[in-house]
Amino acid sequence: MSDTPASPTPRAGAAFWAVLRREFAGYFRTPLAYVFLAVFNAFAISLAFFVGNIYEAGVASLDRFFLYHPWLWAFLAPAAGARLWAEERRQGTLELLLTWPVTVWQAALGKFFAAWLFLGCALLITLPMAFTVCYLGDPDVGVIVSGYVGSFLCAGACLGIAAIASALTRSQVIAFVTGFLACFVLVLVGYGVFDELLSGAFASGTVDEIRRLGLWRNLEPFTLGLIDLRPTAYFLTVAFAGLGLSTLIVERR
Amino acid sequence: MALIEVSKLQKSYGAIRAVQSVSFSVDRGEVVGFLGPNGAGKSTTMKLLTGYLRPDAGTAVVAGFDVVENPVAAKAHLGYSPEGAPAYGEMTVREFLRFAAELRGLTDPAQRVADTLKLCRLEEVAGQAVDTLSKGYRMRVGFAQAVIHDPAVLILDEPTDGLDPNQKFEVRRILKDMAARKAVIVSTHILEEIDELCTRVIVIAQGEVRCDESKERFLQRGDDLNQVFRKLTA
Repeated sequence: MSDTPASPTPRAGAAFWAVLRREFAGYFRTPLAYVFLAVFNAFAISLAFFVGNIYEAGVASLDRFFLYHPWLWAFLAPAAGARLWAEERRQGTLELLLTWPVTVWQAALGKFFAAWLFLGCALLITLPMAFTVCYLGDPDVGVIVSGYVGSFLCAGACLGIAAIASALTRSQVIAFVTGFLACFVLVLVGYGVFDELLSGAFASGTVDEIRRLGLWRNLEPFTLGLIDLRPTAYFLTVAFAGLGLSTLIVERR
Repeated sequence: MALIEVSKLQKSYGAIRAVQSVSFSVDRGEVVGFLGPNGAGKSTTMKLLTGYLRPDAGTAVVAGFDVVENPVAAKAHLGYSPEGAPAYGEMTVREFLRFAAELRGLTDPAQRVADTLKLCRLEEVAGQAVDTLSKGYRMRVGFAQAVIHDPAVLILDEPTDGLDPNQKFEVRRILKDMAARKAVIVSTHILEEIDELCTRVIVIAQGEVRCDESKERFLQRGDDLNQVFRKLTA
């Protein structure tokens, strides 16, 4: 090594990409990732077939497939996001990572996008579903694409919530359970049973406003082929608010 | 200007004052032994100096960069191995060091990793997951990530803790080889290490510096270092 210690101040991008690559590869280092992908795929498809009766409906469309995605993400985004910060705390590597020349924000962005990308992979694996529908009928491809876009955004929103849960604890189990419960509430908002409960307590205008906060309410337009500003903004707001809040929590340590 | 300048650092955890007004500086070529009982504020001082914790008051400057005002530049000149040498256990040693090199934006990371594996005698376990390594190797991995960028300032929290005599000897040998070009702080519970490794001693107790002097002067305080230590930290 050289005589004069040369320690360059790294470019901001270098740290971000290094963290993103490490985190993304990290999902595939344990068998858990493959279990995750298999479970996601199995549930996504069997819910569409056996609960949504997509086949019996006789329509070449994936809306019955996307119908259950908020449920899937509510469960699986916290499962994938639980390790984001909790694992760093448990292993003691948070102290290492944050004494390397990287800002908390660079690390947080790298981690978040790696996890989101991983969820995107889970979604991509269901593409044969779309191909099958295309083979059997003559669906509107634009509608299928917008459905996938919506589902991916919905995954990001659930991941934002999962990130907060993960930043608050050193236990992945606690991070998963609290993240799941929070997402679960967002899934329930907008379902009939929950509406009845709400209308007992609030005026109908308020109930309608609350219903707009549900995951399905925001995903639905995408499954109909509409990429609207409002639901897009909703998903991105939840995702990035979660990312921001979790980063502030880690920064405060 | 010294490579490490610490001035009136303070840090409390709630009502507990972990570090109160600690000041010292370390020049190139010095190896400072950080001594003190458990809970004396050694690790907290190191965490403040490395920018992991934010001080309540006071400043820490590494290689001319204030760790609060300019943390990324300060950390680029700093190598730090926290207590217990944490690492990403599921990665192999080579992957882990490669990650450290890439995150630091080093040019030719592959070469740096190869050099560091050799320097720290980790070549034979380079392909193993860190979790599967013995304690001696793990400590060396922690040390390796701290020196991979050949930093001007090296801060090691109990780098020889739990090692057998041969492993301790090995870590000290590597450290001595590079010490002339760096400012080094090593915390330890092993008083014999002072004579072998350090050029200077700082004793911390109850969050305060109790003694800051050359190794020679410290050793003259008495034949029984344990007794000297007890007296200073009482």
